[in-house]
Amino acid sequence: MSRAVVIARRELSSYFYSPVAYVAMFLFLLVCGLLFWDDFQPGHPAAMRTIFDWMVWLLVFVVPVLCMGLLAQEWSTGTIETLMTAPVGETDVVVGKFLGSLFFFVVLLVPTLLYVVMLATHNVGRLDLGPIFSGYVGIVLVGAMFIAVGLFCSSLTRSQVVAAVSAAAILFVVTIVPWWASTKATLPTFWRTLADQSVYRRYTDFSRGVLDTSNLIFFVIATALFLFLTVKVLESRRWK
Amino acid sequence: MISVSELSKSYGPVLAVDRVSFEVPKGEVVGFLGPNGAGKSTTMKMLTCYIPPTNGTATINGFDIFHQSEQVRESLGYLPENVPLYQEMKVEEYLDFRGQLRKMLRADRRKRIDYVVNRCWLGSVRNRIIGHLSKGYRQRVGLADALLHNPAVLILDEPTVGLDPTQIRETRKLIRDLGGEHTIMLSTHILPEVEAVCDRAIVIAAGRVVAQGTTEELRQSRRLTARVLVECRGPAREVEAALSRVSGVSKVEILNGDGASSGDGKYVTAAVRSAEQRDVREEVARTVVQHGWPLREIRLEHATLEEFFIQVTATQAMAGPEEVSSQ
Repeated sequence: MSRAVVIARRELSSYFYSPVAYVAMFLFLLVCGLLFWDDFQPGHPAAMRTIFDWMVWLLVFVVPVLCMGLLAQEWSTGTIETLMTAPVGETDVVVGKFLGSLFFFVVLLVPTLLYVVMLATHNVGRLDLGPIFSGYVGIVLVGAMFIAVGLFCSSLTRSQVVAAVSAAAILFVVTIVPWWASTKATLPTFWRTLADQSVYRRYTDFSRGVLDTSNLIFFVIATALFLFLTVKVLESRRWK
Repeated sequence: MISVSELSKSYGPVLAVDRVSFEVPKGEVVGFLGPNGAGKSTTMKMLTCYIPPTNGTATINGFDIFHQSEQVRESLGYLPENVPLYQEMKVEEYLDFRGQLRKMLRADRRKRIDYVVNRCWLGSVRNRIIGHLSKGYRQRVGLADALLHNPAVLILDEPTVGLDPTQIRETRKLIRDLGGEHTIMLSTHILPEVEAVCDRAIVIAAGRVVAQGTTEELRQSRRLTARVLVECRGPAREVEAALSRVSGVSKVEILNGDGASSGDGKYVTAAVRSAEQRDVREEVARTVVQHGWPLREIRLEHATLEEFFIQVTATQAMAGPEEVSSQ
């Protein structure tokens, strides 16, 4: 079995022992549930669009909390030493931790399928599953990118709090600020184009039901970028 | 097996390890001895490829630590200071994870886990969560992990610190048993440990190797002589003078002042050294009795490794870790 997969499995099981993960999961599902409840009224369209859009905003804060310990805890407890003195490469470690977290993220989303079930039972025959499917694809891509950012921030510090806050800050700038800027009508072209490269703009197509490869590539590249940077952070230790 | 040449590490202006060189042949158990802050752990971390050296090279099992890092780590079992472990995992789960990380196949892994659990006396805590274990057990889990893949070389950083006397004795016995089959390098500042477990010792102080050799060689190297301690009741100055006149005696030192501190009143303890390393107990005893001073105790005290250690590290400590001059 590849070393990255070994590390991914360990990381995944470690999530299930972590109280922080359960708290984050609980809060996330609670807020999603409330939003869904609010939306699940007669007369509202049978779609998860609003929920999906809100989820992205929630994830800006939830994912950093989930990922804050990934490497920061290894630095602070010293377990990084036993990890890096095993015949393991930095890439294995980063990819492994990323995959483990991504899998946990998918597990986190599973309870939201309940909403789909509820919509289906109350809209027999008329539920359009297309946007729902693409919405989930979009959320997973967003989650992957956010996890990569969270992992990167976790690699930079021993303090989990600093990792969480800095990751949230980055995600805030990349997600929420451009959205806010786009609501201001008068914006010079340069800033507008920049704001368009934001997570939110790239994501909304998915929740609408559109699977556009350019959006897919955006998320893949952003994820790969942050994973690459994390590998470099780990490798830099070899030159200090 | 372990070959170190001019290894150095500086953290900014501070030189933590200064041109350390030594060789450890296959099967030998070597003690890396030194006071706290001497550079033992730093040297070990360089050998295990955890931190890069600033200068110098080293090879383990023929592989260079900088250029062939992965092969070095495959041949190595390492027990770091403070034994960091994943607190939420169970013992067997952790060992299984480490085995998988080293690409051990399942059947082999299972066999080796049984073996190390047995060898490190972890049988009763196999299914316990690591966070719930006492320090002694956690240390043994770390040791089990180091042994798991049957590495050619073991590097153990203070393997007995924090253990109770029984555990210390058992761990030392385990290390002794493993020597020969494995090449072992362990660091410690407990001198009896070196004498009990190691074939050879390398003494490091303030980042430099100050001595190397078997414990016997080390004791001899500083020309620390054995001395005879004699306790008798008599006036200090006269005792000193009389003993100095004994043939073969090169130096007499009164240890307890004018005998005032001895509760029985005026018992004097004298340390008598002989330049030719002669056992002068008989002559000393005869002299004391001839002068009519009641003799209470007479014994021969061998040169200790502790004296050697203190002498050798004190000189180095005076010099202090070298400040790297700015280029």
